[in-house]
Amino acid sequence: MSAGHSTYTPKTGLGRWMDARLPLPRLVYDSFVAYPVPRNLNYAYTFGGILSLMLVAQIVTGIVLAMHYAANTEVAFVSVEKIMRDVNSGWLLRYLHSNGASMFFIAVYVHIFRGLYYGSYKAPREMLWILGCIIYLLMMATAFMGYVLPWGQMSFWGATVITGFFTAIPLVGEWIQQLLLGGFAVDNPTLNRFFSLHYLLPFMIAGVVVLHVWALHVTGQTNPTGIEVKQKTDTVAFTPYATVKDAFAMVVFMLLFAYFVFYIPNYMGHPDNYIEADALKTPAHIVPEWYFLPFYAILRAITFNIGPIDSKLGGVLAMFGAIAVLFVVPWLDTSKVRSAVYRPWFKLFFWLFVVNAVFLGWLGSRPAEGIYVAMAQGATLYYFAFFIVIMPVLGLVETPRRLPNSITEAVLEKKSSAGAPATEQAKG
Amino acid sequence: MRKGIFEMKNVLNGLAALGLGLAVATAADAAEFPIKKPVEQDWSFAGPFGTYDKGQLQRGFKVYREVCAACHSMNLVAFRNLTDLGYSDAQVRAIAAEYEVEDGPDDAGDMYMRPAKPSDRFPAPFANPQQAAASNSGAVPPDFSLIAKARAVERGFPTFVFDIFTQYAEAGPDYIHALLTGYSDDTEGHEVPAGTYYNPYFLSSASLAMAPPLSEGMVTYDDGAPETVDQYARDISAFLMWAAEPHMEARKSTGFVVMIFLLLFGGLVYLTKRKIWSDAH
Repeated sequence: MSAGHSTYTPKTGLGRWMDARLPLPRLVYDSFVAYPVPRNLNYAYTFGGILSLMLVAQIVTGIVLAMHYAANTEVAFVSVEKIMRDVNSGWLLRYLHSNGASMFFIAVYVHIFRGLYYGSYKAPREMLWILGCIIYLLMMATAFMGYVLPWGQMSFWGATVITGFFTAIPLVGEWIQQLLLGGFAVDNPTLNRFFSLHYLLPFMIAGVVVLHVWALHVTGQTNPTGIEVKQKTDTVAFTPYATVKDAFAMVVFMLLFAYFVFYIPNYMGHPDNYIEADALKTPAHIVPEWYFLPFYAILRAITFNIGPIDSKLGGVLAMFGAIAVLFVVPWLDTSKVRSAVYRPWFKLFFWLFVVNAVFLGWLGSRPAEGIYVAMAQGATLYYFAFFIVIMPVLGLVETPRRLPNSITEAVLEKKSSAGAPATEQAKG
Repeated sequence: MRKGIFEMKNVLNGLAALGLGLAVATAADAAEFPIKKPVEQDWSFAGPFGTYDKGQLQRGFKVYREVCAACHSMNLVAFRNLTDLGYSDAQVRAIAAEYEVEDGPDDAGDMYMRPAKPSDRFPAPFANPQQAAASNSGAVPPDFSLIAKARAVERGFPTFVFDIFTQYAEAGPDYIHALLTGYSDDTEGHEVPAGTYYNPYFLSSASLAMAPPLSEGMVTYDDGAPETVDQYARDISAFLMWAAEPHMEARKSTGFVVMIFLLLFGGLVYLTKRKIWSDAH
């Protein structure tokens, strides 16, 4: 998968035999052992590895849960409770899986924000970025359908609201909604197809992850300076350097994961989902899972008609647009400088964007009334302005700081400015 | 990390802006139910080392059996689960035998009633939701198996952030206790429809269809615990927490081992990482 020449030399007879027929050991060696990575990667760059870990964890726990779960509206809720009460360590599997989804999204948001901050999407890494956006979309679909499976009140009503978005699309909307639901309302056919797709999509994610990693290994990783690797001293070998650093970050992340699973496993859930789905009782506030809240806030911020587009379609367009805009980020950013480290104004707007995204998330959990609507509209405006106005304009008008000539120079500069032989500094 | 991703000044500025926005926003919440938020209680099962108080669970079970079970089912809990409360197998068999459950069909094709076995679940007081509604002026008494996890009053900002660090997971029992002790004759100007009872702690309106279910001395305790409404409410809340989360003790004790392991393992990986990277510069 890696660019450049392979340095793999099989040492045993069996190794040479294999290498001549299916050079899998060579692929692994070139991709995960000898593969050169920039020496100045900080811990923000460990989330790719953490995400791989989470994908595997979700698939493993999910497969075992599927052995006990029954996708039928009559018994789905009780089958989940049976897992919680009667299956050996079922409570652990189920809490790992439900909290694992949240952890997966925490990691993916850090990963995406890291990409935005260090300009990881810029040429020649556009495909890498777009593949990442596709993975994110697939994750959202998987998580949404997974949340429906326990067949609680929020499962049912969340599914009703979200599939209802599609009816806003002119002409084909109703048809798409009925195709998703397998009928005219959320019912047993919906649960069955969501279960089937919830089992399928993670493997599609795994497939796109392979492409994502492939694209990464063609272009090489970026780094906090945004300067491409120029010389041998700019890099270190993936193993042991990146492997051990990723491993440490994974253990720290697992500490956070375990803290939620074992001590506050229902913190990220909604109490209403411990009530079995009831088509006749609408919950007071229907809220999606926390990781969808910013988009939910954007959806509900459009309370006005724009010409022929009514507020409902406008909201849906804004919500999908908020994700679609990510795909074109590589072409919206006009700056020649990759990393925000050397872009003082971009750095300011970036952090405002982060705060704004968190704020949108909180607004998504509020009822869409009164002052919340106005605040959501302001925050939605900034969300889009960041991509559509700030990114293109800033690249043309901003004066970036002086860039170091190479990664090695940046590392050495950092060391000398710290005075002492600050070994930790350069590591990140 | 001089120019790293976590630059302090920027983060602080961001948080300040966020705080300002939230301060404005929380003012808009006032008119929501419940009228009063539950008062946090001390629970033996709170915190990282929390365990259920078996005596309290037995008292709570007694309150459930003698008071609540007349209207509220507990469909997911089996008699065999009662060993968690400190009962022996023989005691569980004896408790189960006090209940009649329907079984069958027998060889003649008829359904019949028989004494319950430990493997049976608690029989429901009503045959179906329609019957339950008809007997309770239209309101179906909710099932109790999960109610301690299915009810919680929203914590609000910034409390919900602190809850992560204090491991607050007792919103359910706090709410149940507040509701059961919260009935009041003084409706404080709120309109109370006929057939409902004013309770400022009720989650979704000012009054509910359930009459105050507990009164002083109505359940006899044989362990000397006070026979007050407050004590009954406390005990039934603890019992319902157990019913909703029967493996909580195993979860927390496993969690402790996992956390210690990860801390030690993480420490070793960190030292390894330092050693490996020390020759890279």
